[in-house]
Amino acid sequence: MTSAALLLILGLGTALNVALVRAAPASAALRTGRDVAVPLVFGVTLLALWQVAVTGFAISPVLLPAPAAIWGKIVMEYPTLWADFSQTFLKGALLGYAIGCGSGFLAALLVDRVDFLKRGLLPIGNLVSALPIVGVAPIMVMWFGFGVGSKAAVVVIMTFFPMLVNTLAGLSAAGAMERDLMRTYAASHGQALTKLRLPAAMPFVFNALKINSTLALIGAIVAEFFGSPVVGMGFRISTEVGRLAIDMVWAEIAVAAVAGSLFYALVSLLERLTTFWHPSFRAR
Amino acid sequence: MAGAATVSLPAPRSGGVVAGLRRHALPVAVVVAAIVALWYAGAVLLNAPQQVDAFVRAGTPDYSTADLVRETLNQKRPVLPSPHQVAAEFWASTAMVAPTSKRSLIYHGWVTLSSTLLGFAAGTLFGIALAVAIVHSRVMDKSLMPWIIASQTIPILAVAPMIIVVLNAVGITGLLPKALISMYLSFFPITVGMVKGLRSPDVINLDLMRTYSATKRQVLWKLRLPSSVPFLFTSMKVAIAAALVGAIVGELPTGVVAGLGARLLSGSYYGQTVQIWAALVAASLLAAALVALVSVVERLVLARMGARA
Repeated sequence: MTSAALLLILGLGTALNVALVRAAPASAALRTGRDVAVPLVFGVTLLALWQVAVTGFAISPVLLPAPAAIWGKIVMEYPTLWADFSQTFLKGALLGYAIGCGSGFLAALLVDRVDFLKRGLLPIGNLVSALPIVGVAPIMVMWFGFGVGSKAAVVVIMTFFPMLVNTLAGLSAAGAMERDLMRTYAASHGQALTKLRLPAAMPFVFNALKINSTLALIGAIVAEFFGSPVVGMGFRISTEVGRLAIDMVWAEIAVAAVAGSLFYALVSLLERLTTFWHPSFRAR
Repeated sequence: MAGAATVSLPAPRSGGVVAGLRRHALPVAVVVAAIVALWYAGAVLLNAPQQVDAFVRAGTPDYSTADLVRETLNQKRPVLPSPHQVAAEFWASTAMVAPTSKRSLIYHGWVTLSSTLLGFAAGTLFGIALAVAIVHSRVMDKSLMPWIIASQTIPILAVAPMIIVVLNAVGITGLLPKALISMYLSFFPITVGMVKGLRSPDVINLDLMRTYSATKRQVLWKLRLPSSVPFLFTSMKVAIAAALVGAIVGELPTGVVAGLGARLLSGSYYGQTVQIWAALVAASLLAAALVALVSVVERLVLARMGARA
């Protein structure tokens, strides 16, 4: 019975998507609508499969709660979720993100002036990007205490190097022709920087901002596993896991997923507005 | 000092070994030396208040600056251990104890490494399979790609403990839950890179395959996969680093007793800062070694395939 329902949902969703993709939309607006609808149908199909499978096979809520149960938990525990969200995301992650990205950017501007430093720092920066930096979380919690400070510190360390490396790469992205042109104008270092090299570096800077947007949330949450006040998404996840209240954990995950996606989308929107001239945004 | 010495040397011909060393190795060495120096300075500054307290309590308030500096660099539980303390602890817990002992970082590193590699292998295969499906089916492309990108904005690392605990509850323990997290983190760069790589052949080459009336499978094996190899290796370097982070965070929840992550957690519980730093050094060395290993394989495979060096 349940298996039949699952197959039916899967078949319906797939058939709808195949039809949508095969259809030839008349206008550009319709095509955009189609491109949004297809992943939505896929997502709804997945949720429906999840719901039917969990209720149909009577899967224990400790193992995997149904989407409806998670939604109920979100509605019911809304104040707690909001408090956790503002503690972890609005205070810890955003503060660290701002400091980490800002200092990485400024450091890149300084390092860029000294070729020797640039050649020394780039390989190290690339190496550090591959290191498991989340591991400094326990040390930061020891240094800065259980509060927001230690969370922000972890995020600062995690976001600094991607920003430094990307900005440095971006600052050397302007072409030799354009640089020579600046020289023939007798432009100062500052003028060449603000009028040519920084705009040319913007796609790279935004790449780092996007990478860092996910790193910031991860850093803030993982740092809470090592010690936190009795509020915060990481704190809630680790305590509710201990009480086997898995639906609450999923509610936190949903909040984190939505927050992470919105943050990423916001940075992408800013990127579109700032680097509208970049080839990747040309209308196809 | 080093800078002054090199300036006086005659300009070497470009492309020589000496020139290469001077261009790359020297700046890196100087920056590393500066970091170590800063580390020592930081250790003295951060540990000094604690040490002053200790001197006062020991009844010797008339200490000299040299005493203070020496003692701050050799505390038992420093705020920031000095590099040589970390190096000594690292040496003591790798070379001085049997690799099978619970106190050996080699033992913990092996536990982490095995789940990293398992997750990385599974993630790579899954990522390639997804990419092949996405390149060949417009339905898959349109419906999956946005979700694959969205999946990475979810802080999966944050829910790693839940995955571990829940899988433990149904009796799946040990390597698998951690490898699952590593796999989730490593499939994404592979999929994105491989989709790009499988689409990288020029139209002219695809057209040539058409004139041969090649089947889709033949195009895949003879054209798309070979031209995606450089993309695959670039993605694998990102993926193996991500897989290691996943394995380490997967070891954080209590109940897991082995692995570098567990070592970090126990160090943080008992205030053993030197132990935390040694575990961090081990994790970093492991990450660097894994990325280097992928690079070596990349160079060998690309050379074998006739790519220009």
